[in-house]
Amino acid sequence: MRALSYARAADADTAITLVAGHPEGTFLAGGTTEVDLARQDVRRPGLLVDINDLPLNRVEDLPGGGVRIGALARMSDVARAPAVVARFPVISQALVLGASAQLRNMASIGGNLCQAVRCGYFRDVASACNKRDPGSGCAAMDGMNRGHAILGVSDKCIATHPSDVAVALVALDAVVHTRGPAGQRAIAIDDFFLLPGDTPQAEHPLEHGELITAIEVPAAPIARRSAYLKLRDRESYEFALASVAAAIRVEDGTVAEVRLALGGVATKPWRARRAEELLLGEAATEASFTEAARQELAQASCRPQNAFKVELAQRAIVRALRAVMNGDAR
Amino acid sequence: MSTSVISQAVVRGPRAGTVVLSVNGQERELLIEPRVSLLDALREHLGLTGSKKGCDQGTCGACTVWVDGRRVLACLTLALSCEGREVTTIEGLAADGSLHPMQAAFIDQDAFQCGYCTPGQIMSAVALLKEGHAGDDAEIAEWMSGNICRCAAYPNIRAAIRDVRDSAGGDR
Repeated sequence: MRALSYARAADADTAITLVAGHPEGTFLAGGTTEVDLARQDVRRPGLLVDINDLPLNRVEDLPGGGVRIGALARMSDVARAPAVVARFPVISQALVLGASAQLRNMASIGGNLCQAVRCGYFRDVASACNKRDPGSGCAAMDGMNRGHAILGVSDKCIATHPSDVAVALVALDAVVHTRGPAGQRAIAIDDFFLLPGDTPQAEHPLEHGELITAIEVPAAPIARRSAYLKLRDRESYEFALASVAAAIRVEDGTVAEVRLALGGVATKPWRARRAEELLLGEAATEASFTEAARQELAQASCRPQNAFKVELAQRAIVRALRAVMNGDAR
Repeated sequence: MSTSVISQAVVRGPRAGTVVLSVNGQERELLIEPRVSLLDALREHLGLTGSKKGCDQGTCGACTVWVDGRRVLACLTLALSCEGREVTTIEGLAADGSLHPMQAAFIDQDAFQCGYCTPGQIMSAVALLKEGHAGDDAEIAEWMSGNICRCAAYPNIRAAIRDVRDSAGGDR
């Protein structure tokens, strides 16, 4: 790892001032991405500002049934927070199915949203990667791309977004609260994750020195019966090949409300809006679930090694909806 | 270590400076650069070589230690970030010369072959019982999945964990 400087901040203003004032300054929360990538020489932070002492780790109820998750709350703590377990099981499940117990104890929820892609070419400084080195090309296009994205891709980047909990948060219309040199703002989570397009190096709209302070999840009674289905090459401690965050409310046999988001198949946590729109008002049957899944994946753009994800994702959508509807999720 | 004060925080490094860590209940002083991981600080500077370096990228679990009582990966933790926190390693588990029940159970159940992953397995296993996720073998496997064993001693590791779970005094 290259030499770097370190400071520990006790309050948000100090942390923001320090990072904003250093061209290679960055925040250090759990460190599970930052320390790893600095050691691989993928990132070269000149100053790490340790924010772990900031009082941003509480999980609080919001009036009306929502929840406010402090950016420094650890994955493990959010997963077992009573409000999350009871009202947003899809968040809790997505967290527990991610990483390992040790990493969940370290990684913060704000850091989780900022985690880097796991594309092997991004992590290998000898390979071409438009995300790491804009203009250098994309070695994944004709390389080992079995795990790569089929939705939201561009000719510059096909790296899969790795987060599980972000998929649940996108399904629930969460809001990311930030504070930076220019003040505070709230960003709808779907806008927080950028498609690669021609600028895959830009993954989210945060300015230099802008700090995530909290993630708010608005009240959603439908989420009380929600679930996260994750399919992967091994049973545990692995990134998704395809995953689904699902919630559905059925009235008189028809779909009255539905939330659907996909992980493991897209360059950002993927809200399946096309499928949601198709399902609304339709009979809640295997046939309509299958058709909605098929249409959502009709926009897929595959490489030879990852074409299997089309059918995998379709089946995962149907299975997740059926499980939530029948109340036998997981 | 060169230092400067910006706002309310002290910027340290990039040169080496004095860092005080509390490890296994003892205050230890080290001269290290900010980029040094907790794992390297323990092994290379404090001579505590029980914590092992497997992957050095957060995937194998051989470096599992506790920081403020929670199991974490020492390879992805900067030593400096542990100032003011309590670090516990495998060397701090035995008390008064007698093995922790989990250490004894690993021996009884032959829960290792080469032994390289064992310190991390044991630190994780003791934490697992405290977390309350050792209900059955499936749950143990899930919550121990961050500790890889190349020798595949998993059945015996689970047996050792069951032994301590089912005996009084294991949750020390």
